[in-house]
This record gives sequence, C-alpha cells and structure tokens, in this order.
Amino acid sequence: MNVSIAINGEQVSRDIEPRMLLVHFVRETDGLTGTHWGCDTSNCGACVVLLDGEPVKSCTILAAMAEGHEVRTVESLEVDGELDPVQQGFHEQHALQCGFCTPGMLMTARALLDANPDPTEHEIRTAISGGICRCTGYKNIVAAIQWAAKHEAASREEVRA
Amino acid sequence: MQTPAPFDYERATSVDGAIASLEKLGPDARIIAGGHSLLPMMKLRLAKPKHLIDINDLAELSYIRDEWGEVRIGALTRHVQLEKSDLLARLFPIFRDAETVIADPVVRNRGTIGGSLCQADAAEDLSAVCSALKAQVVIRGTGGERVVSMEEFHVGPFQTAVGDGELLTEIRIPVRPGGGSAHEKVERRAGDWAIAAASAAVWIEDGKIAEAGIALSAVALTTVHATRAEEALRGQAPSQELFAQAGAIAAEDCSPTADGRGPVDYKRHLAGVLTERALARAASRVRREEGS
Repeated sequence: MNVSIAINGEQVSRDIEPRMLLVHFVRETDGLTGTHWGCDTSNCGACVVLLDGEPVKSCTILAAMAEGHEVRTVESLEVDGELDPVQQGFHEQHALQCGFCTPGMLMTARALLDANPDPTEHEIRTAISGGICRCTGYKNIVAAIQWAAKHEAASREEVRA
Repeated sequence: MQTPAPFDYERATSVDGAIASLEKLGPDARIIAGGHSLLPMMKLRLAKPKHLIDINDLAELSYIRDEWGEVRIGALTRHVQLEKSDLLARLFPIFRDAETVIADPVVRNRGTIGGSLCQADAAEDLSAVCSALKAQVVIRGTGGERVVSMEEFHVGPFQTAVGDGELLTEIRIPVRPGGGSAHEKVERRAGDWAIAAASAAVWIEDGKIAEAGIALSAVALTTVHATRAEEALRGQAPSQELFAQAGAIAAEDCSPTADGRGPVDYKRHLAGVLTERALARAASRVRREEGS
C-alpha cells in the first residue's frame, strides 16, 4: 500500500507492507536513523518521535496509522547548525554516555517543554518515565532538561526586552 | 526483529463503516485503536488478524460527557484524556489514581479506554476501575446496540462480550450522590503491570454505605469482581475495621498465581491491604454536595 507521511516538514510517500512499523518507515525508507529502535515492546522509549506534536513510541504504531499526520524526529531539532536548547542542555550537563536512549529522551523533553515551559523536577521525571537509560541514572538528563528550560526562559525574556 | 504477520489494513471513516467491515470480514478482522495491546500481541503471534480496521480517525468516539445522570466516555478516549479530565477528577477521582500509574505518559498518549477494556487482561487497571464504578458498556453491531454490565462484559481471560462484527463504543458510569472512589496499585517499578491492584467505590447515604464496588487486578486469570466483600459493606457505617474485614474477604476470594512479580501469599496479602486502603481513601473522598 502507498503511505504518505509528513516527516520533519517533508512529505514522504512509499509503497510498503501494511505491517511496517513507523520506526522502520522513518529509519529505513527515509534514512533517518537518528530515531533508535530498541526494545520493540514500547518499554524503552528509544524510538520516541512526535506525532502531531505528542511524543509516541514509533515501534508500536504502524506506519499506515501515521498517514496524513505530521511526524517530527530528532533530526529536526538542530536548525542551520544551531542546536535545540534540549540538545545543548544534554551537552552542557553530560546527559548521555552511550547515547542509545538520547533521541527518545530529547524528543520527550522537547514535547514536555513545548507544553510546560517551567516543569518541576517531578514533572520532568514523570515525563521521561517511559524512557530507559542504563548509563546516567537519569540525574544528568533531568539536569539537562532543567538547563534547557532555564535557557529558553532567558531567551524569551530577551525577545521581550 | 519483531514484526507482525502480514495483514490487510483499512481506515474506518465512520462507526457504521467500521462495523460493516467487521461484519463483512468476519472473525479474522480486528479493530485497532491505540494499538499498544494488539501490536505487541501480533508481534508475538499471539494474535494473527488477517485484517486490521483502524478507528483512530473516528473523532465521534472520543469524548467524556456528563449527561442524564451518568458520565459517558467514548471508546476511543485516550488514557491522557482520562488522566487530565477535570470532570472525572471531580466525580470519579479513581480514574486519575489509575491513569498516573498505567504504563508511562508516552504510552498514555496512544492507548484508549476501549482498547484497555477489550484486551481484558486481568492485570490491566481500567477493567477494575470500571467494574468498581458499576459501569455499563455499549456494544454496537449491525443489528443495533446493547448495553451490558461489567460482570457480563468479562467473559474470561482476554475474552469479552464483544462478539465478531461488534464494536465497543461507549462506557457509561452512573453518577449518584454521596460517592467516593480510589485505586491502589503496587508495581515493581514505574510503568510496570501491577503485582496487585484494587479499585474501590462507595456511596454513602445517611451515614451508611448504600452501595459499594470493589474489583481487583492481577490476582486471578480475570478481573476479580469482589462481590462478597461488597455485600459485607452494604448497610454498614464506614469504619477502618469494616474496610479491613472487606479487605480480608477480597483476599480470600482472589486466586493469584506465582510468577516473577511474587508468590501467591504475598499477592493475596497485597490484595487485602490494597482493598482496605482503596476503601478508606474512597470513603474520605465522598462528595459532600448532595444531588451531584
């Protein structure tokens, strides 16, 4: 069947089997391998992408179900060489070691800050509870998201001034 | 790599269209909504539907409304909407209790109440929540609608009253004065299935328990409707001793199996303690305003 999905603002059409999962559509047909394919059982969160702005686990959604919807992957965060504040936060706070969970964590964090620009630590920990990181113990990931929230608030202040 | 076996896919554009497709395609067709129960089952070949009918576009099945003395919830309503609903938080706080411990927020963006109920996994929380609240569900087929209680809905492990060619469309929960409700769950880690969980609701009139609902998750092959414990509460004045007695009866009436989440006696102990706690919290939440 033909499936057409807007991925990072570009319409991508492919002939696929109906059983193809969204994570494989993104990685294999569109070559966007930033989205990681981990547990395949909706437990680990490495495959999180935004579907119409909401974080979802792309290993548990059929590509066909995303037809006509907008998908945003980790590749969309950096614009013209400038990192998104959540990416910069992960860099500043050393929020990754092996990096496998990072794309899912970044997209989950991006969606959190879009909906709630000033989250508490508890809200951050709840938001990322669908992602598993075996390296950091989560502490630095929380710090990175707090860093991003703070810097986004500061840049909003600058725009106002 | 886990991929489902091949199937045909179609996207429903109306409820009647989805039901017509189910009728036409027969028992090899399945509805898919959030997909967070069905797709994992298909990857493991525990489910091998030949046709999937995607109902995610049916916005008319996504709502939470207060009408005619009951709250009506569309089957396609997602966990995140149940969690955030102020109407449910006011009338049935048990929903927010359960929704904050069902899987994780990312999964809750997709999973639906209809899918959770139709999966009929004994360890799932909303089946117990709806049972404790004495909910009814609306099942529609080409011949029309029927309304069944949760007792009738739960036919067996992973089996419900929804037949071939039928679709669960709505959950109806009666609103009565003096009601309070709560859900208590113990899990190994955030987002896991329950080791045991208890849903409880009480309706208090003139200082006595007029009606009670208790249901347990993960301590039998199906959701446990703890009817003997409910009966012990009716007509009694609420007290911690009474709730402990009801908990002891519920613990007797469940039949847990030993697995990686714990041995039988531990799960039975949890069932009793969680029932007692859920009842106490439900009673503490009884709404004061009459007639609401």
